[in-house]
Amino acid sequence: MKILVCISSVPDTTSKINFAEGDTKFDTNGVQFVINPNDEFGLTRAMWFKEKQGAAVHVATVGGAQTEPTIRKALAIGADEAIRINAEPTDGFFVARQLAEVVKNGGYDLVIAGRESIDYNGGMVPGILATLLDMNFVNTCIGLEVDDSGATAMREIDGGKETISTSLPLVVGGQKGLVEESDLRIPNMRGIMMARKKALNVVEPIDAPKLTNDQKFEKPAAKGPVKLVDAENVGELVNLLHNEAKVI
Amino acid sequence: MSVLVYTESDKGKFKKNALEVASYAHKVAQELGTNVTAVTINADDDASLGNYGVSKVLKVTNDQLDTFNAKAYANTIAQGAEAEGAKVIIISSSADTKFLGPILTAKLNAGYVPNVVAAPDSTSPFVVKRTAFSNKGFAHTEISSETKIVGVSNNAYGVHENTVSASVESFSPTLGDSDFTTKSIEIDKVVGKATIADADVVVSGGRGLKGPENWGMIEELAEVLGAATACSKPVSDLGWRSHGEHVGQTGKPVASNLYIAIGISGAIQHLAGVSASKTKVVINNDPEAPFFKAADYGIVGDAFEVVPKLIEKLKEFKAQNA
Ligand SMILES: Cc1cc2nc3c(=O)[nH]c(=O)nc-3n(C[C@H](O)[C@H](O)[C@H](O)COP(=O)(O)OP(=O)(O)OC[C@H]3O[C@@H](n4cnc5c(N)ncnc54)[C@H](O)[C@@H]3O)c2cc1C
Repeated sequence: MKILVCISSVPDTTSKINFAEGDTKFDTNGVQFVINPNDEFGLTRAMWFKEKQGAAVHVATVGGAQTEPTIRKALAIGADEAIRINAEPTDGFFVARQLAEVVKNGGYDLVIAGRESIDYNGGMVPGILATLLDMNFVNTCIGLEVDDSGATAMREIDGGKETISTSLPLVVGGQKGLVEESDLRIPNMRGIMMARKKALNVVEPIDAPKLTNDQKFEKPAAKGPVKLVDAENVGELVNLLHNEAKVI
Repeated sequence: MSVLVYTESDKGKFKKNALEVASYAHKVAQELGTNVTAVTINADDDASLGNYGVSKVLKVTNDQLDTFNAKAYANTIAQGAEAEGAKVIIISSSADTKFLGPILTAKLNAGYVPNVVAAPDSTSPFVVKRTAFSNKGFAHTEISSETKIVGVSNNAYGVHENTVSASVESFSPTLGDSDFTTKSIEIDKVVGKATIADADVVVSGGRGLKGPENWGMIEELAEVLGAATACSKPVSDLGWRSHGEHVGQTGKPVASNLYIAIGISGAIQHLAGVSASKTKVVINNDPEAPFFKAADYGIVGDAFEVVPKLIEKLKEFKAQNA
């Protein structure tokens, strides 16, 4: 089995978000970039397939040279090869078009992407990719088994979960649940050394239109101070929720 | 050239988000000087959408679509859009529509913006406001493609009545085997309980509750309020509650009217998931807990003392206001 894991390089989850250039750009000053958490679950599941069932695992990202430390980390965790498509990831459609090209040329059976990236939260790359390539697709995937007869995927639905049976080639939009948090791997020294020798292929993007364009960003309005209620006077909270906030 | 809206239903009954997206579509149609057409799938009371500004319903009745199937549903909506020549399509942000949305986008070669929180800034150019950076910011995004898809966040725009009379036409999409290459084999859903995605009130517990055996009071508080229950990430990692209840940047977003956080510190990744909620209440024994900075109301105190009192007071309140 040949697996491609799509990796998005995103601001670390603790990052403070600021905007620059007249609020038209995300301010990367002082921001640490990491593997998108949803992708990290997918990468770890791919490593499981590699180790337990035998699979080649490649990773791909759409991004400039500054994203290389992030994909090197994926190599250090155990991916066999990396591909960087040398373009700014401007919108979901554009990114999916670039990745589709890689999947087509690489002949992958399984593509694992994150259900969404935690920066722009578009949540559309895996679904567009699957549709462009006419591959099966399961979103918000929280469990995945693949064998000779096909694939069984579990996905999160509102208020529960659904088990889906399908076949390869398959694209999943993965998230926490694909593997346990405790199974996520931190690269060790040996992995980091080996990663240096692994191929990181840079390919140029194909022409693809951008269908959406972020014109301006803003931060949520500052919040007023919290109104504290004495623990001995809980009834006052009920009163405030009813009369002031009008939510009960 | 009408605005097309996909109105989701469950066992024939429209979901609350269906009425919300219909209301949103009406607003957009007014600005564009056109009408709203809805696609409904195995829904019962189609004409009722007229109360929310829908003037035409493409009613799909098809046993194969009784269970949600993303590809087949996306294909159905795409055919509805083509039949109507619709260039603007409005969908919700449920787990199912977020599944079919990207498929629909690719089929129609349409720009898609999910997580939209307000009526368009303008319709020419078409610019919408959406959340980004896991609710730590907003983006004003232009959709420049000819066909445009807007995914409206739950509870962001609200349900607005706009009464028109709705004509109902049956509509039969052409679907084939290739639309059903994924098969639902089991659905495991908590029934009869509010879900985080559409609850008006969410009661959430964190590691401060010490163990799963203490969730009885969280459940009871939720029951009194008609609320859904949720939790912080370590709580689901520890297996005290299911993964589906975990709220935050890597979990579920919550956009309820009221979010009550009990024994949750308010780490930045947790807050990212709840900032779209309108009123936030925090109960925590540590006055320095970061959640107090993000909350509207707070009680500094031991959850094991405060929550039972709160349940009691809410019961009294309910009895008086029944
Ligand atoms: C990549 C990444 C992604 C993450 N994503 C998420 C996410 O999506 N959602 C999420 O929630 N977290 C997420 N986290 C984890 C997050 O950083 C915090 O660890 C987590 O939110 C803390 O959960 P907690 O508040 O329940 O627990 P704790 O931090 O242990 O806090 C417990 C709180 O309970 C209070 N308390 C203790 N006893 C009592 C009592 N008797 N009465 C009242 N209060 C009491 C304490 O004062 C404390 O404030 C993520 C972390 C990382 C690294």
